[in-house]
Amino acid sequence: MNSVLILALKDLRVVGRTRDTLLATAFFAGLVLLVLGLALGGDGAARAPAQAAGVAAGAVWTALALAAAVGAQRAFAQEQEAGALEQLTLYPGPHGALYVGKLLGVLGPLLLVAAFTLPAGLILFGAAGAGRAVPWPALALLTVLGVVGFAAGTTFYGSITVSLRAREALLPALAFPILVPVVIATVKATSLLLTGGWTPEVTTWVVFLAAFDVGTVILATLLFPFAVEG
Amino acid sequence: MGFDMRQDRVTTLLGAATLLALGIAAVLGLRAPLDQNQGSLVRLMFVHVPSAWLSYLAYGGTGLFGLLYLLTRQRRWDRLAMSSAEIGVLFTLSTIVGGMLWAKPTWGAYWVWDARLTTTALSLVVYGGYLLIRSLMDDPERRARVAAVIGLVGTLYVPVNYMAVEWWRGVHQTQTLRLLGKPSFEAAPIYGWVLLVGTVAFTLLYFYLLRVRGILAAREDAREERELMDELNGLEVARG
Repeated sequence: MNSVLILALKDLRVVGRTRDTLLATAFFAGLVLLVLGLALGGDGAARAPAQAAGVAAGAVWTALALAAAVGAQRAFAQEQEAGALEQLTLYPGPHGALYVGKLLGVLGPLLLVAAFTLPAGLILFGAAGAGRAVPWPALALLTVLGVVGFAAGTTFYGSITVSLRAREALLPALAFPILVPVVIATVKATSLLLTGGWTPEVTTWVVFLAAFDVGTVILATLLFPFAVEG
Repeated sequence: MGFDMRQDRVTTLLGAATLLALGIAAVLGLRAPLDQNQGSLVRLMFVHVPSAWLSYLAYGGTGLFGLLYLLTRQRRWDRLAMSSAEIGVLFTLSTIVGGMLWAKPTWGAYWVWDARLTTTALSLVVYGGYLLIRSLMDDPERRARVAAVIGLVGTLYVPVNYMAVEWWRGVHQTQTLRLLGKPSFEAAPIYGWVLLVGTVAFTLLYFYLLRVRGILAAREDAREERELMDELNGLEVARG
């Protein structure tokens, strides 16, 4: 437990001091929103409210999924480039703790990025503002669950791809098929929340998402030692 | 190794049994009465359903052999896992292509974003990635270990994907398409028998292909090792 915190704090301090991961991830997420706005036609006024909610939810979560891949890439790449990854695995303490610590380190900047991507996306795509009530607390809960799911999957695969050729291309290719359930659940729940508030259907998705997160973190913690050893 | 496939009785017997079962399935399939709605198209199902079954079996095999590798660290489990994934990808492709050919005249579209179709396509991506990452690693021990982890995760997440996509579409209206596809099977029991024989035949086919591919992989490994040893010996000689 101690090593988890130490590692997470170390990563967060690096993020806070250099800010390159944070800025790159945030910039990337904003860029994806912009591209999707141009591709789909960002004019929210032209759409019915339900349609606008669906498009906005899809755009926001696409941006966050791609940003998670970029962020998790940096988490291990920084240490790999400095040649410190091997030392890290040599420290006493279980390797599973290493994964959880890295996950928390990835989670911090990603949550920060999500905290501005979500409102920005909803406003840009016409699903928020203009006198519509937006259930922010529920959306915040959903965002945390979704981002944890993204971070758990991409961090795990990031540890595998970091020492390979073509790691930048490989991480999304490997991680995204596994993250499809998160994308589906978050997009669905977000658009439901925006159109009808908290309904039993939203509860189902939130429970599914929470179960996915817990399951993924447990599985990745168990398998992580095999992925990094030697 | 000294392993000669011609003298390997198990492989020969398995191959003969597979051939026999496939023959019976083909005869049964061709003699089965035509479907009222689909006509001869229904015969595509006799290949489609068993090959889908085979691909699931193969993916399950990849996960299982990967787990066995992690537990025992014997290279043969890794070879079997890799062979199984290759067979799985091959038969998923055949499932998708056969299904598309069937779907166009029946549903009116080659592709529908139905739960089952989407997860099948996703499983192709998961195991395509598995094979891709294998090709990028040179160290056999590390390749085996990482591949086992990825294969295990893939096997566990394909059902999760299926559930998510199923619920996602379940709220929508795709149900009608399902009803269109299915009842024709449940109507005629003869189709059930053909499918059963076909499934048994394809199960045998899986084990046969797995065995042959596993033997090939073992030989590849042996050759690689021999070449490495030759190179090392050459170095020793050069150094004197």
